[in-house]
Amino acid sequence: MELSTEHIKTANVEDVILRRPFHPALRGTLCVTSHHLLFSDRKNDASWQLLLLRNIDAIEKRAVGSSGTITIKCKDLLILQLEIPGMEECLNIASSIEALSALESVIEMYPFFYRPSHLSLHGPWGLSSTEQYYNQTKQLWNKWRVTRVNSDYSVCPSYPSLVIVPRDVDDEKLVQSARFRQGGRFPVLSYCHHRNGMVIMRSSQPLTGANRKRCAGDELLLQAVIDGSELGYIIDLRSAQQAQQTRVTGGGFEGKVLQESLIKLVEACGDLSHNVERWLSKLENSKWLSHVHSALSTAGLLAECVERDGHSVLLHGSEGTDNTLVVSSLAQLILDPVCRSLSGFLCLLERDWIHAGHPFQQRCAHSAFSHARLKQECPTFLLLLDCVWQMCRQFPLAMEFSEALLLRLAQEVYASNFGTFLCNSEQERWTEVARDMEEVQEEVWGIVKKHREKAKPEQTKNTSNTHCETLTPFVNLVDELTIL
Amino acid sequence: MEHIRTPKVEHVRMIDRRTPRKSTVGTLYLSSTHTIFVENSDARKETWVLHSLVNNVERLPTNPSGSPLIIRCKNFHVYKLLIPLERDCLDVVASLTRLSHPERYGELFCFSFNPNLDRELREKAWCFIDLKADFNRMGIPSNLWHITAANHEYRLCETYPSELYVPKSASPAVIVGSAKFRSRGRLPVLSYFHRDTSASICRSSQPLSGFSARSSEDEQMLQAIMRSNPVSDFMYVVDTRPKLNAMANRAAGKGYENEDHYTNIKLQFIGIENIHVMRNSQQKLIDVGELPSPSMSDFLWGLENSSWLKHIKAVLDAGVFIAKAVAEDGVSVLVHCSDGWDRTAQACSVASVLLDPYYRTIKGLMVLIEKDWVSFGHKFSHRYAHLDGDPKEVSPVMDQFLECVWQLMQQFPCAFEFNERFLIQLHTQIYSCQFGNFIGNCQKEHRDLKLQERTHSLWPHLWENRAEYINPLYKAELSQTQGVLKALTTAYCFKFWKSMYGHAEKNVSSQQSPAECLNTVREESQQLEEELSSHQEVPRETDAGQGIHMHA
Repeated sequence: MELSTEHIKTANVEDVILRRPFHPALRGTLCVTSHHLLFSDRKNDASWQLLLLRNIDAIEKRAVGSSGTITIKCKDLLILQLEIPGMEECLNIASSIEALSALESVIEMYPFFYRPSHLSLHGPWGLSSTEQYYNQTKQLWNKWRVTRVNSDYSVCPSYPSLVIVPRDVDDEKLVQSARFRQGGRFPVLSYCHHRNGMVIMRSSQPLTGANRKRCAGDELLLQAVIDGSELGYIIDLRSAQQAQQTRVTGGGFEGKVLQESLIKLVEACGDLSHNVERWLSKLENSKWLSHVHSALSTAGLLAECVERDGHSVLLHGSEGTDNTLVVSSLAQLILDPVCRSLSGFLCLLERDWIHAGHPFQQRCAHSAFSHARLKQECPTFLLLLDCVWQMCRQFPLAMEFSEALLLRLAQEVYASNFGTFLCNSEQERWTEVARDMEEVQEEVWGIVKKHREKAKPEQTKNTSNTHCETLTPFVNLVDELTIL
Repeated sequence: MEHIRTPKVEHVRMIDRRTPRKSTVGTLYLSSTHTIFVENSDARKETWVLHSLVNNVERLPTNPSGSPLIIRCKNFHVYKLLIPLERDCLDVVASLTRLSHPERYGELFCFSFNPNLDRELREKAWCFIDLKADFNRMGIPSNLWHITAANHEYRLCETYPSELYVPKSASPAVIVGSAKFRSRGRLPVLSYFHRDTSASICRSSQPLSGFSARSSEDEQMLQAIMRSNPVSDFMYVVDTRPKLNAMANRAAGKGYENEDHYTNIKLQFIGIENIHVMRNSQQKLIDVGELPSPSMSDFLWGLENSSWLKHIKAVLDAGVFIAKAVAEDGVSVLVHCSDGWDRTAQACSVASVLLDPYYRTIKGLMVLIEKDWVSFGHKFSHRYAHLDGDPKEVSPVMDQFLECVWQLMQQFPCAFEFNERFLIQLHTQIYSCQFGNFIGNCQKEHRDLKLQERTHSLWPHLWENRAEYINPLYKAELSQTQGVLKALTTAYCFKFWKSMYGHAEKNVSSQQSPAECLNTVREESQQLEEELSSHQEVPRETDAGQGIHMHA
């Protein structure tokens, strides 16, 4: 069953010293398997899983006399150290870790081998679906429909097979609109506000090109959303300069800035020099909180457009798979008490991130420590979690879930026993790795919900939660940050 | 009343700083003690600002809609008013400027504040905090420490309390000689005694050592302190100043202990900056809090540039060093700075909060402030500008202590009986001169001003309202077992105190407070439990009759 054993030259080493933060050093046996590092300290015979190899972002080797030290830096930002007697063993272990932590093929990953006795593979997959959302939202029935235009993923490879669009716009127009939008991500419904029926739509940027092309289908689609009302808003998350540039160059990936920001932030957090000024300077320099700040204030603006001004909004950035999702999710947390419940929040993540085609596998291939040449890595989801955390700080009674859930999710997206965050889109999930997938994966939601008690802060009061109207976050001073 | 030119101005606009659209129109009244703004709305909401809390009044150039006026308070509240007529505005500015800068103690609010208490109650109120009882709690007097009468009538040191705790082994000659060798006679005396280890925290001012002077009495005094801790063979002298400042003082015939002259002492510099540096730093921090809508970079840069958190960390570092020496190493510590009434008070009291769970209770913090600050001659009236005086004497020393406690509360949310509101209330009261506790600069001045006869004490007033200041997360048992707090001082542990300085958000009511929610839950469950127990009493009477069913 276990694959890739050709990568393991030394499976066991005795007398290894393990150092972890906040724990005393341990001496024991280290074992490498296809997916895990195991460690046993002899005292109690059972060995335990130290970590998933997938969680390892970077390692550093150092020779001290005849033994070697491996420093393991994890994607969840944990750092630990192994002192391994024998240089050869050390190098073998290191090369195993390097090879096995970077497996490219999805079906070799651990979720395909994870078989806990208490979970069945035949239960329902996921918590929510497009159809379910549509059926639950009565306000949509009149003017909106669920379309199957993307059922073979040919119109937009990163969209799910079902999306919600205005009833008056036929599939042909949708295809036209998709050709006019980067990656085919035509405007689809993300959220319908329960109070006034106004909606948040999202898409990717229009490909107007240098000669300012137009697209009738796209224009009709937006017109249908506005319908009778006088106007609707379009919030473009790009800067004017970016927008100008894409007109000339035709779009591209912009996650690099955020990835660099995270790297700088983590570096700043790792500096234990106890110098407050240097810390603040590095924190400022990382710009991480600036990203948090602007995501929150844009979400606040979006919520105001919908709630106070009573208009529908189309939201897009460049690709429509990253910042667009952050802002739309945050706005929904601000607007809708249901999203602030534990299951509502998980449904929101499933709808707005997994179904909506946030490319988890590309974005989370590496975290802040890796020396590998970065490709499509970007901590967009981490940014969302930090923003949600900041909202929890401002409204300690508004969320049913606690920080523990956010921390857990931050781990699960990078390395997980579960299949929930595997792949980049529904298409990859259901066609490329096809049937394997359907049969073998477990999903993280069930586990999270089972640990509900743990994830739930004592202080949450259901009454205040459900009756709470729109939150008004203040984003002019965000005073703290998450250190994961 | 002679300073009030215009007691009432109508059609004044109070401008909301966050959302100027939301400003309200009303009437402004000036009384001898307060500025009062009454809204014209049906609610007739009133805003009262105590004159003694006003830091400064600024008039901006008149514009077509009127004369703008900004009132900045010592508790960092800011009020922006728009007065229709320039003449009225000028009058208000002149009156307020004078009223907020009293020239004599007699003008202070505490001498006219009369909360309707009879004389007997007021006198009893002044005995609410009993420092002798606190020393008894520590096990003092003991066979090694006792009270000396050397400072009776403040003969030895004007700025010290009349009752001083010193080692029994220190003879009167040693006490007098040591006082002569210390700046302003502030000799080493006991501030805190740690029962578990017998190590003590003593405090003093700097020695008059210059480049070579020495005093055998002062050397004997330190010996006596060290020997009063039988298990340790050395003691620390913590000079809370930066070493460079301490060295510079030698030129003026002051300085620090020469380790060659004193046997078995270890000298440690901490590097807390002086009052002038702190004053400037806080001003920069206040400016950051006043930024209307800063970008993240503006905010972080401003915070860094103020250096405020660096100074807070220095004070906390001093406390952590002392607490560790006393609790973990069992070594006694003598703490001093220059005069021993600012940085020394900060370091000793922060260490006490770390060491002793009692000082983390509402009553305990009052005792600590009364002991380490009021009785040991922290110059409240100078530092907090109670009277119009030398602006160079003003400095946020106490602000920093309160903030250190707040930073600790962030790290140990269950260790403190009080909440943040208590600290903010203390801060306001220290500046407001409503009660007599913080008037003057030392115990002798308290006596000379007859404060106990002419003013009221703050402590019983706070105690009566303690329900407002309770931290619902406080676990008394936990702090009994985990007595000494091991505070982290990693840079990212230090936070901007939003409730104190970020007043752009002060008027926001939609913030939900978990503490209040917890209190409600607690009350509800108490009620339910009472109901439950009253219900349980009923079936017991009928138990006999229903016994049959239980076998089934």
